[in-house]
Amino acid sequence: MAPLLEVRNLTVAFDTAGGTVHAVNDVSYGLNEGETLGIVGESGSGKSVHVLAMCGLIPRPPGRIVAGQVLFQGRDLLTLPERDLRDIRGGQIGFVFQDPMTSLNPVLTVERQLVELIRRHTALDARAARARAIELLEIVRIPDAARRIGQYPHQFSGGMRQRVMIAIGVACRPKLLIADEATTALDVTVQAQILDMVKDLKREFGTTVIWITHDMGVVAGIADTIQVMYGGRIMERGPVDAIFADPRSAYSWGLLQSLPTAERRAEGRLHQIPGSPPDLYKPAVGDPFAPRNAFATPRCLTEMPPLRQVEGSVPGHLVAAWYDLPAALKARRETVA
Amino acid sequence: MTRYFAGKLGEALVAIWGVVTIVFFVTRFLGDPVALLLPVGASPEQMQALTAELGLDQPIWRQYLTFLAQALTGNFGQSFQFGRPAIGVVLERMPATIQLALTAIALGVLIGGTAGAIAAMRRGSVAEFVVMTLALLGQATPVFWLGIMLILLFAVDLGWLPTGGYGSPANLVLPALTLAVFVSASIARLFRSSMLDVLKEDYVRTARAKGLMPATVFTWHVARNALIPVVTMIGILTGELLGGSVVTETVFAWPGVGRLIVQAIETKDFPVIQAGVALIAAIYVATNLIVDLLYALLDPRIKGSA
Repeated sequence: MAPLLEVRNLTVAFDTAGGTVHAVNDVSYGLNEGETLGIVGESGSGKSVHVLAMCGLIPRPPGRIVAGQVLFQGRDLLTLPERDLRDIRGGQIGFVFQDPMTSLNPVLTVERQLVELIRRHTALDARAARARAIELLEIVRIPDAARRIGQYPHQFSGGMRQRVMIAIGVACRPKLLIADEATTALDVTVQAQILDMVKDLKREFGTTVIWITHDMGVVAGIADTIQVMYGGRIMERGPVDAIFADPRSAYSWGLLQSLPTAERRAEGRLHQIPGSPPDLYKPAVGDPFAPRNAFATPRCLTEMPPLRQVEGSVPGHLVAAWYDLPAALKARRETVA
Repeated sequence: MTRYFAGKLGEALVAIWGVVTIVFFVTRFLGDPVALLLPVGASPEQMQALTAELGLDQPIWRQYLTFLAQALTGNFGQSFQFGRPAIGVVLERMPATIQLALTAIALGVLIGGTAGAIAAMRRGSVAEFVVMTLALLGQATPVFWLGIMLILLFAVDLGWLPTGGYGSPANLVLPALTLAVFVSASIARLFRSSMLDVLKEDYVRTARAKGLMPATVFTWHVARNALIPVVTMIGILTGELLGGSVVTETVFAWPGVGRLIVQAIETKDFPVIQAGVALIAAIYVATNLIVDLLYALLDPRIKGSA
């Protein structure tokens, strides 16, 4: 079966006064129907930009798609006329953005913001669209939905606003739901509620999900597949269990090390990845993470490693690394001991 | 909401009182109107009699209190020049001023709004450059100079329109155009910058991510939010123009309030100055109140916080 979404060699740049920012570099992956893909990386890793770019949501200029194809149900979104792309956005591809305080229009009621979307993509009349909007707010568990639908975003709490945002994302039962840092601004209990709700929605509608976050912990709870990005590239990709149990990229390993565990809490401090994010104006010749990587080999600095199947791991566990992380970690443990 | 406007109304009344008081005292420094009102060579007795008749022989604080008490009832005294109630003299001139102000604002909003929207939507284009250059020129050009140039071109050289005066629609064209240039330039610049700010907002990206039609995105998500500061500016400009555009009215011999007040200052017609300024202050303050009200309608967050 052909994947629902297939990204091929996507490369995105921004032409700014300071030079060209190489935001996304040669990213390729596939996403099957019903799958939940968690994309993890820090700011500037290209995780958000590449999904915005493939749906025509980056400002152009300064943004520019340098190369690539993005096949959604077999159609290339990058060459699709804007008119057809508009039909897909909000209809077959739903978005949930970070920070619903700024992502919802402050001067329009929640009703209007839901109804305009429903009426754009369905044949429902005004009254039916309103009923559907109330139903959606009930689905995302907003109490007293029929009354609250007439309110403005600032009258909702942060968690409730994010639920409204999710209701907008799933309003037209999209095939693909893209959530960009959807729980980042929320406190942990609300975050857990939202994640549970998304899982329920997935079960109910069979939606395929791309969940973008910088938090490995969030991904563990929701994703089937993890894709770790850095410097606009995919560093590692594979089933959640494989990545958590046996990370092969030093960057994924670093991210996992920085998760708080009972043991690390007891130590009183968390692991951190040394160095700062890459300079995207001057993309690295080799592995972008190499300058921060204690295990980097000389080759890492001069040549970009291809994304390859990890030997001895489950199929679909891919890594871009010249070094052998398990061996390097073992060697390090032996020296310490 | 009600408390918000009660507060605003209180502020407004204090503002009008302040303006009226300042004007009362400032006019007393203009000089003695009696000397101007009587023919040259009038006797000291005649002058004294007139001073007493006008109430100018009283101590200034008593004059002030009398003035305030009468002003509260809408009585600003008799015009020295016309010998009729001053407020009536001023009100007679209002229709001309309102006509000119509203025509100029309507033209300015239409031209400025369209130009500003084009400039913002066509970022970096020739159209944007042209609009912005014209707007800058429009704002920088002195109104009296522009008025005279328009008269020279359309009235003197081409003979299409009258040089000034009042009565027919043709009389209105040039003064309205003169004022509309300034109004539209201000609105175009503000609307453009406001729209550029809004275009960067996350909710505009959300609107596009919903697959909405470009017209819907523009109307409901960009323009709707970008209009909020523009409404304030339209309000302020309307308030200013309704107070009489002194220069334009003078250049085009337009019989409005602005020109009347200038004449009253020249002839030291205190009651007319005071009535005129009080009316202008009241109009200005009322326009601002309306703007506040519109603001609350346009931005629900204000209602919520008030």
